Amino acid sequence: MSVAAITVPTVTHNLSKDEDLTEKISVKNLDFFYGDHRALKSINVPLYRGKVTAFIGPSGCGKSTLLRILNRMYDLYPNQRATGHVTLDSANILSPSQDLNLLRAKVGMVFQKPTPFPMTIFENIAFGIRLYERLSKSELEDRVRHALERAALWDEVKDKLGANGLSLSGGQQQRLCIARTVAVRPEVILFDEPCSALDPISTAKIEELIDELKDDYTIAIVTHNMQQAARVSDFTAFMYLGELVEFGETTRIFTTPNDRRTQDYITGRFG
Amino acid sequence: MDTALYSKRRRRNVITMALAYGATGFGLSWLVLILAVLLWEGFSGLSLSVFTEMTPPPGSAGGLLNPIVGSLVMTIIAVLIGTPLGILAGTYMAEYGRYDKLTMVVRFINDILLSAPSIVVGLFVYEVMVAQMGHFSGWAGAVSLAVIVVPVVVRTTEDMLTLVPDTLREAAASIGLPRSLMIQRVAYRAARAGMITGVLLAVARISGETAPLLFTALNNQFWSLNLNAPVSSLPVVIFQFALSPYKDWQKLAWTGALIITMAVLALSIVARILTAQRKTS
Repeated sequence: MSVAAITVPTVTHNLSKDEDLTEKISVKNLDFFYGDHRALKSINVPLYRGKVTAFIGPSGCGKSTLLRILNRMYDLYPNQRATGHVTLDSANILSPSQDLNLLRAKVGMVFQKPTPFPMTIFENIAFGIRLYERLSKSELEDRVRHALERAALWDEVKDKLGANGLSLSGGQQQRLCIARTVAVRPEVILFDEPCSALDPISTAKIEELIDELKDDYTIAIVTHNMQQAARVSDFTAFMYLGELVEFGETTRIFTTPNDRRTQDYITGRFG
Repeated sequence: MDTALYSKRRRRNVITMALAYGATGFGLSWLVLILAVLLWEGFSGLSLSVFTEMTPPPGSAGGLLNPIVGSLVMTIIAVLIGTPLGILAGTYMAEYGRYDKLTMVVRFINDILLSAPSIVVGLFVYEVMVAQMGHFSGWAGAVSLAVIVVPVVVRTTEDMLTLVPDTLREAAASIGLPRSLMIQRVAYRAARAGMITGVLLAVARISGETAPLLFTALNNQFWSLNLNAPVSSLPVVIFQFALSPYKDWQKLAWTGALIITMAVLALSIVARILTAQRKTS
């Protein structure tokens, strides 16, 4: 059976062989435990600067778990711990001395379900900016506008910045969340199944957005949708049962995977 | 199709429904009767002088001004003491200590306090305040009411904060928001209506409490805002006047009961509206 059951758009991300790749985040020998359960097993994977890396795999394989380690989100909950090394610009973020708020300001996250704060659209964005910067009113307004423009939401909300964020549609809410993330000027953005609650048109908008954002940010995206992974990512990591089975350029993973399990998954034989 | 089986089921359905309606009607009719008598007796004694004159000696005209003001003052102080304590404790339980053993212990004890007979609260405050100070006082009354407010507010605060989805907390954390700010600016805002409702319900609860006040604030026939002395309150005056043999005192007791009922009703309606808003927002 042909492996290329998923057609990869020809325009996509052909990396020139001599392009410089620097590791923005580097995961080495990472294990993760929920209580006694070992959910991730010796993960090694790089996130390259200015690239989009997709994490695919069946439910429960640990892709979201891995993503939530990169901004230490798991720290909000008890009995969860990670061992190994995760370096962001060569600093180990798993170290107990890592300031979590500063880390999360650098490594932003967009969630599966849109999660606007219960406040106005303007405040949703301005809130995060004010946390770390002291700006004049006009500077703040510029930043909010810029963030909303980056998230391709400005035109839709410019006349109702005072409306509650929850009054927007699902797709708009998700773009509001992306704007909120971008507004804090992170270096890395983690997308945890950002489109799984959205209709196809909103999904297309978000994918377009991810493509634009990668010029300025290092991006990781977890997705159940393999076409999406093929469309938006430069690199793909396939995970299965807590292990990282295969990592490589997206075009190669989707055309000539090395591992039997990767091949079975992307051709839809399981998962 | 077995029509006999079906019609039997239908008959059983009709009987069950009739019983359910009957039970509801029986319960409601008593409630309506109580309210009707209260409205009838209360309104017939209601006049401006109720709100402008002091409680009278038997046989002369008067009003309920001193117990109304006394109740208001003690309720306000009780809420001012009890609400911050309750909100802080509830916040600890729902946010900082959600997974701690201490939280389970506090929740268990709080549930006991929540259903503790209020006379026990009165006795407790009598022992620690009235007996120590050597006299009944408004402060002791306010404190005993505050002791009743705290567990109500703790419970609703914890419940309402627990209803705030974790995804919202994660979203707040994901932009580098420290936990204290997340609680103040995001979680409280999301849970606000429910938390206010909790405070209102606590006020409704204490506005009819008599037992704790009998042991603490006692009663005062005269106008007094001195919280170091006994202070009059509506429930205690109702208790005293209703049991008296004097017709005009009994009349005032009915009127006082009407005032409390209306106040509690108004609070409940506001609480309902707030809760409804929370659901639609």
